Amino acid sequence: MPTITLRVNRKNHTVECANSSLLVDVLREQLRLTGTHVGCDTSQCGACTVHVDGHSVKSCTMLAVEAQDAEITTIEGLADGNTLHPMQAAFQECHGLQCGFCTSGMVMSTTELVSRNPDPSEPEIRHWLEGNLCRCTGYHNIVRAVQTCARGSRGGTP
Amino acid sequence: MSSAQGIGASIKRKEDRRFLLGKGQYTDDITLPDQSYAVLIRSPYAAALIKKIDAAAALAAPGVLAVLTGDDVAADGLGGIPCGWAVKNKDGSNMVEPPHPGLAHGKARHVGDPVAMVVASSKALAKAAAKLVDIDYDVLPGCGRLPEATAEGAPLVWDQAPGNVCFDWHIGDAALTDAAFAKAAHVVELDLVNNRVAPNAMEPRAANGHYAAANDHYTLYTTSQNPHLTRLLLAAFTLHVSEHKLRVIAPDVGGGFGSKIFHYAEELLVLWASRRVGRPVKWTADRSEAFISDAHGRDHISKAQLAMDKDGKFLGLRVHTLANMGAYLSTFAPAVPTYLYATLLSGPYDFPAIYAEVKAIFTNTVAVDAYRGAGRPEATYLLERLVEKAARETGIDRVELRRRNLIQPSQFPYQTQVALQYDIGDYQATLDLALAKIDYAGYAQRHAASAANGKLRGIGMSTYIEACGIAPSALVGALGARAGLYEAANVRIHPTGSVTVFTGTHSHGQGHETTFAQLIADRLGVSTDNVEIVHGDTDRIPFGMGTYGSRSASVGGSAIVKALDKIVDKGKKIAAHLLEASVADIEFRDGAYRVVGTDRQKAFGEVAFAAYVPHNYPIDTVEPGLEESAFYDPKNFTFPGGTHFVEVEIDPETGVVEVVDVAIADDVGVIINPMIVDGQAHGGLAQGIGQALYEEVQYDADGQLSNGSYMTYCMPRAADLPMFKVGNHVTACTHNPLGVKGVGEVGAIGVPPAVINAVLDALAPLGVKDISMPATPEKVWRAIAAAKQGKGA
Ligand code: FES
Ligand code: FES
Repeated sequence: MPTITLRVNRKNHTVECANSSLLVDVLREQLRLTGTHVGCDTSQCGACTVHVDGHSVKSCTMLAVEAQDAEITTIEGLADGNTLHPMQAAFQECHGLQCGFCTSGMVMSTTELVSRNPDPSEPEIRHWLEGNLCRCTGYHNIVRAVQTCARGSRGGTP
Repeated sequence: MSSAQGIGASIKRKEDRRFLLGKGQYTDDITLPDQSYAVLIRSPYAAALIKKIDAAAALAAPGVLAVLTGDDVAADGLGGIPCGWAVKNKDGSNMVEPPHPGLAHGKARHVGDPVAMVVASSKALAKAAAKLVDIDYDVLPGCGRLPEATAEGAPLVWDQAPGNVCFDWHIGDAALTDAAFAKAAHVVELDLVNNRVAPNAMEPRAANGHYAAANDHYTLYTTSQNPHLTRLLLAAFTLHVSEHKLRVIAPDVGGGFGSKIFHYAEELLVLWASRRVGRPVKWTADRSEAFISDAHGRDHISKAQLAMDKDGKFLGLRVHTLANMGAYLSTFAPAVPTYLYATLLSGPYDFPAIYAEVKAIFTNTVAVDAYRGAGRPEATYLLERLVEKAARETGIDRVELRRRNLIQPSQFPYQTQVALQYDIGDYQATLDLALAKIDYAGYAQRHAASAANGKLRGIGMSTYIEACGIAPSALVGALGARAGLYEAANVRIHPTGSVTVFTGTHSHGQGHETTFAQLIADRLGVSTDNVEIVHGDTDRIPFGMGTYGSRSASVGGSAIVKALDKIVDKGKKIAAHLLEASVADIEFRDGAYRVVGTDRQKAFGEVAFAAYVPHNYPIDTVEPGLEESAFYDPKNFTFPGGTHFVEVEIDPETGVVEVVDVAIADDVGVIINPMIVDGQAHGGLAQGIGQALYEEVQYDADGQLSNGSYMTYCMPRAADLPMFKVGNHVTACTHNPLGVKGVGEVGAIGVPPAVINAVLDALAPLGVKDISMPATPEKVWRAIAAAKQGKGA
């Protein structure tokens, strides 16, 4: 099996993996970064979302070998030490998670939204989440969390 | 402290941090030393004889440890998956209870029926080898749907079940109901389908079994809502090993909604395979595998008739329902369309007569069992569609008709005609609150505004009740349950005053680690930061029955409260000794024991410390230590209820239904954490709206599944839903110590008929009289087109 180097959460990792290995499988099975989840087999649920060079990407749609030269961030690499990323904090504040299974994907996806658009409207948030499924929350508090985080990042009271 | 963190406080969840950091531990995240992987080969046919399985090529493939079949299951003497509830036929005879082997033996009975299992050193190798297993099937005709499965000459799923009937059951008083209809001024009739849905917890099911030969001990990690039930069934029925040799761990579980209650074959198979190959064996479902192996929900066809007097007062209800069971009887399947459905047919209404018949039917489909609400959504959908139709036919306003028939607060406890006794409620209060929240009075204006935009606007409502807090053991035992449904708790006070609670319930999103800690804060005055809730591990927790049927707070929470009472009482004796007072003079409040009428007191922590360092201690009469257990068996079900309103806008050109407003008012009893309670309502609403507008598992008449993935099964997405307006009016449950009722299912129960009633209200001016769930754009567009044609003709 070929050996590749992946840069994940600001560290280089050398792993052996087949050319056909999906990024999500290498993250979960070889790097043991199990915070990235697998909720489907048709690239629809978004539970596997990570950042590749700052963009949210479904890691089940990318081969590990394709990610070799990229800067990958998973949910485990988002917080600043013990301090939650503002989006993580907003999800807790607004009760934007229940079972937690979709959460890493939701957080990784919406951090990109807020970095692109610091003041997303409710329809913009809902539309952005088109590739992320949650079965627990009915999305209500996820939308509120994103609004809260965005408000905070604009300097308002979170 | 207790007021800031106790009952009624919306404190943030303790469990969130690990999930937000990506440090949750779900079953598939756990990889054991020397882990091996299982892949199941499932029948692609609805019905087929398994003539031959040739595993030679697979066994020779790299990394393959075993290929196991139904023959091996039989040879090793594994037991069949049992059904946990026995329902009797009208004539008192038993339901048909067919065998359910862990791997299909001789015959496969639905698409997805597991036929063989490949175990290999990696998942990729197991998948590759599975393709090499050559299975020779003889395909048979199958039947995949109601009502076709009941037709004369339909293929039989089981030879021992003529007409594919599992049971033919009834409840209520037929003669009384006939008499009510005989004197009716108006009878309303409705045929309706409750569509089949797939639960779709975002975490697919998984199981990791480990047999340790050295000490002859089994450990199972599994995506379960109730690890002790799984252990019990493994021990007594399927794996046949004693409980002390078996540990079942349900770690973090990514949603359940009922689908993870049941004991599934894979749990048995991975333990058994681990014993055979000498390594831990992990199986994780793909999503498409989940669609054909998780138990589905709903799937009823019903005929309903409502008898009214000339003023619209309900006189009687007659219901006939066909309920799909699938090919095998899942753990609670027979209870769902009977004791969780027909017993709810009185709804929140004062009905003098009800008669319901339910025929449960086998089909060549995966099992149907409890899914969020389980039976109660089916009852509510039937009743609220029927009441809405009655309002339309009689011309009585929909709100007024309901008001005339709601049970009045003075009528509690209210004995229904279908076995239940409601302890308390105030259905008028929740109706009034919901009317205010939706701004019912302003509806005409909103309707006009939509019309001006070329949209058809409709408003729909439902007034519902449900029964949860499952369940009084003796009562359900008399009704056919093969298990008790109490709950257990162990509260351990540590020497320096922090607390660990071991609960038999299981949290897979409900937030027990927070709400149960609030119970401790409320009662003992200990900060929730100093409380840890342990669940999900049979080696750590007492024997409890897990989480489903909105039972955790009312049954599990009550067990915790009972244990806390014992702690407080024991502490009084210790405090009396320390304070040199008599026990009768000691009171406990705000986290301290006080001598009544004085300022002498001992903090709870001091008393706890004394219990573990009993130097100055009433050792002759009180044991050292401060740890208590309790079991709580509820006296009755709890009965949440309320009113749900939905407004929709329909684009007449495309048939697309947009849910523009949802306002609900529920009475879920005393609320421990309002933030979490609202969240539970939101999730239930999304699933209920999903059922009403988007979701449907589609089998064809032969039993082929046509939409078993997220490409084809429509899940509700963020853009499909509005913000929800949620209100509560509390009447405290009369028979549990917390006064709680339960909130996990109310959204999924109350809202589907409100959505469809709103759609029909929008389409009524065009002459559309009926539409079935899910009200997809195509269905709505066709209904509009057909109505236009009808009018033109
Ligand atoms: S697992 Fe990647 S989108 Fe579902
Ligand atoms: S929190 Fe459970 S799926 Fe989103």
